[in-house]
Amino acid sequence: MSSWNKRAKNPFQFYTSLKLLELTGKKAVNMRELVEIIKDIPGSSIYYHTHVFLQRHQSFSPEPPNAFAYWASHVLGEYKLGEELSSIDICEFSSIRELREKIIKTIENHLFENKSQIRYAPEGREFDFIKARSFVVPTGFSARNLKEFVGILGKITIHSIYFHIFASRLRIEKDMNDFSFWIDTSAGEPELAKIIASLDPYSFTMEGLRRKIISLITRWSSRR
Amino acid sequence: MKISDYEKIVGSETIHELTLISRKLARRKIQCINSTRVGGGVAEILTSIIPLLNDLGINATWDVINADPSYYNVTKAFHNCLHGKQCEITQAMFDKFVSTGGAIIKETKIYGDIVFVHDPQPIMLIENKGKGNKWIWRCHVDVSNPYMEVWKFLQRFIEKYDSSVFSSPKFARDLQIPQFLIPPSIDPFSEKNRELTRSDINRVLDKYGIDKTKPIMAQISRFDYLKDPVGVIDTYKLVKKYVDCQLLLIGNRAADDPEMEMVMNDIMEKKGNDPDIHVLLIEPDQNDLDVNALQRASNVILQKSIREGFALTVTEALWKSKPVVASAVGGIPQQIRHRYSGILCRTIGGAALGVREILNNPEYGARLGKNGKEHVRRNFLSTRHLRDYILLFLQLYNNEDIIHL
Repeated sequence: MSSWNKRAKNPFQFYTSLKLLELTGKKAVNMRELVEIIKDIPGSSIYYHTHVFLQRHQSFSPEPPNAFAYWASHVLGEYKLGEELSSIDICEFSSIRELREKIIKTIENHLFENKSQIRYAPEGREFDFIKARSFVVPTGFSARNLKEFVGILGKITIHSIYFHIFASRLRIEKDMNDFSFWIDTSAGEPELAKIIASLDPYSFTMEGLRRKIISLITRWSSRR
Repeated sequence: MKISDYEKIVGSETIHELTLISRKLARRKIQCINSTRVGGGVAEILTSIIPLLNDLGINATWDVINADPSYYNVTKAFHNCLHGKQCEITQAMFDKFVSTGGAIIKETKIYGDIVFVHDPQPIMLIENKGKGNKWIWRCHVDVSNPYMEVWKFLQRFIEKYDSSVFSSPKFARDLQIPQFLIPPSIDPFSEKNRELTRSDINRVLDKYGIDKTKPIMAQISRFDYLKDPVGVIDTYKLVKKYVDCQLLLIGNRAADDPEMEMVMNDIMEKKGNDPDIHVLLIEPDQNDLDVNALQRASNVILQKSIREGFALTVTEALWKSKPVVASAVGGIPQQIRHRYSGILCRTIGGAALGVREILNNPEYGARLGKNGKEHVRRNFLSTRHLRDYILLFLQLYNNEDIIHL
């Protein structure tokens, strides 16, 4: 039996995650204020601001999903810092705490090197801290093999893909994304799981990521 | 419309998600309350949202408060003050607000498990809060820089609610209750947004005597100083120096807007006898179809507001693939990414430059319009709004950051 139709040990249950945004009332007008707030703000706010563009700008070209970087470059005109923040490789971090520390360190280094130059956001362009409340819901879809898995992957919302690839790993602190975990441990295809786990999901649009995973699994299965 | 009708626009998977979360609210009664059934964005949203909530199996109803016109003069003044406009508020106005608020409390029956109150007019209803129900206050106004005396007056009512909702991150205030961010939305099937044929559009142009051969720049808004209609005429005059175009200033009369006559006088004075400036006061019963046709006939849409709530007129124009030149105020920057899905401006000169660029480069305008439509499809249609409202209601019973339903 090909890997395409091979029955997995356990079915993959697709969940989706929907977000309700909550305003914290905290805002920064310069980088000093920003970094101080980052130190204390809930992890759900750090998570939101480092992933915000992934779902909102699904149709736009791939771009760093990092609102801190966008604000540094496009509002304060701190292009070097903006680039440093946007190039933080979120895949390297397995918890929000570690990611927060990296962001703080990057900004503090910049502030240390540019002591005399504090730039202020114009009125109305302050950085507004938001946090997200996530509602995790079973979609009712489950896959017993890779063929069914690909079929469902093509029809679920990008919120579901987002949950299994991004949220489960960083926000719920699992070691790897849910798709790779299931393909490895249940579908019995560890090499395919590794290929999907090694994707850089942050450099895709969400629809692009969907197409990429479907194509990887389909090509893999057709060769077996 | 049925919720299933939206599948062809947003996809069946989005409707499926709405169905999943709706089931979690099956036993709750939702009572929405505002001040008018017609005119203005709030009434339009409720007109669209309530039947869709019902179609999803949620027991949602909509009630409207009753008050005399002098109460609306006070609430209009409050509205302007919340927008940060210079204003003079007297003790008599606060007294009027409280006395009428008391009458509204007596007249309005509260029966919802969740009571969802929109804007300041019915805000005092919170005094009727019982132990068993949850209350949400929905602010549709730009309160980023309010006149503090009015804000503080309202704050004592707001903080009795369980949650509050604002349309833009810039509107967040220092409040003791949770503040959620929910941008409003448009209904793609409403009379104001549905597809029209060329002949539908031409009929409306003929009705208002609009020249079909000259490019059209248009602003659709209440005739209100905060929409800067006089600034729009100044913008048009700068454009007209280089492009032979016409300007449509289009508005209707909302039931709770007593300021309009003064604004109209200023507009007519500024307009003078220029035959290419058309000031159209559209009757409420023809408003939606005519606005739809006039937006679709326009080459560029302006929204040169000084202050804004979310600016649904911008959403409507983007949905029709129109290039938009709009002030970077209120919720507009959430909708327009500068030079990607429209043009943001801050001055009359900037607005005029944006309009000239679009009129002189139609393919550029088409690209802005196409991107704008896709952004609206994904973020600002009724279905996204429904999802946010359902989650808003659900969070009243779940206090965690990650909620497993």
